[in-house]
Amino acid sequence: MIRTFFVVLLLLGLGAVFAGLMVGYTPDAELNATARYYADNTAADTGAANIVTAIIVTYRGLDTLGEVTVLFLTAAIVALVLAAGREKDPASRIAPPPAGELLTTGSRLLAPLILLLGVYVFANGHLTPGGGFQGGAILASAVLLLLLTDPLRHFGHRLISVVESLSGFIYVLIGVAGVVLAGGFLDNRILPLGDFGALLSAGAIPVIYTLIGLKVGAEFASMLVSLSETEEPR
Amino acid sequence: MTLVTTVMGLLLALASVGAAVVAIRVRSLPVAILAAGLVSLLAAVLFVLLAAPDVAMTEAAIGSGLTTFLFFFVLGRVRGGGDHD
Amino acid sequence: MTLVTLAIATGFALVLIGLLGALTDRNILRMIVAFTIANTGVNLVLIGVGMLPGRTAPILDEAVSVAQAAARIVDPVPQALVLTAIVIGLGVTALMLAYALRLHQTRHSLDIRTFTELKW
Repeated sequence: MIRTFFVVLLLLGLGAVFAGLMVGYTPDAELNATARYYADNTAADTGAANIVTAIIVTYRGLDTLGEVTVLFLTAAIVALVLAAGREKDPASRIAPPPAGELLTTGSRLLAPLILLLGVYVFANGHLTPGGGFQGGAILASAVLLLLLTDPLRHFGHRLISVVESLSGFIYVLIGVAGVVLAGGFLDNRILPLGDFGALLSAGAIPVIYTLIGLKVGAEFASMLVSLSETEEPR
Repeated sequence: MTLVTTVMGLLLALASVGAAVVAIRVRSLPVAILAAGLVSLLAAVLFVLLAAPDVAMTEAAIGSGLTTFLFFFVLGRVRGGGDHD
Repeated sequence: MTLVTLAIATGFALVLIGLLGALTDRNILRMIVAFTIANTGVNLVLIGVGMLPGRTAPILDEAVSVAQAAARIVDPVPQALVLTAIVIGLGVTALMLAYALRLHQTRHSLDIRTFTELKW
């Protein structure tokens, strides 16, 4: 009881701080200097129509490389933590009742379409809202659908890890190519910038975002597969 | 235009705060997980109103989609030992 | 009350509700659910701060030309930041869930009161 009292007291203090931040807050009328630079120069610098994509892939590309590395570490730790609880022989797991006809047929129909949508989302990341992270999550949701249909389906960890490490490796190679051929690490101007607004434009941004999409999709899929392969409760 | 978006924003804000209260107060754990997913989904619509379509897509696909499924995977594994308060 | 202040207020409210849930609940899974709510609240505050009223999304097309971009678009930097934050948020949630699952496998309980080794 005394504990709840202290928690409420702490949150009231935090709420007072938040209210102090809110009172008298007026949104800026003009962009600040950094945002103004991005607004004025993104089209000329990178050729990307989506400024958020240009910031993530090019201007702050090193941060994104760090981000996918953190995500890779997370997937690895999830697999490591859960590996100890996994049964040795997958054949000995109790088979759940088979999924219904509707789910089986529907997932066969939908899984390729979902994969296609994911590829569309990350290939168009430099033109429309969307990109590697959203597309990767959509790819992982296709894997999720297949897992729901057949929980005992054996997903090749090898395939997932090959896709994951290959796309990560090529991502870093493109970054190094930017140092050699263009202005710096992960510079997208190693490929021609092309026509503004075309699918094959913005230099290496579509290539990098496709690699990020594959890598993120493989990492999310590996988290889902590791979680689904843990021991069923007895 | 601005009035319509403000009213929509008000409804979404009230709904998401309500869903958050449900998520931490309701006794059943599956309902709490679904309510947290609903908070994410309503926040995604708010992001569209706030001129952030990229963030809205990410929140809808990752925050409300995959996170909810991760919770349900874990919930299926711990059923029976989890919720006894 | 404008949309911006509304979004920031909602975000702060979600942070407080999430922290309340995380600090008062005894079930580890419920604490993780509360943390994801607080996470969403923080993202909402950041996007609200980056929003400038009456402006449009930072995507250049027929409607917003390059020349008038600086006068028409909202701040893109918080949006890039929050995009990163959402993805890492899922990673953090997955880690917490994996540890919760391991705790349940070894101790057959998810009640935080039964884990007292690190208590002082």
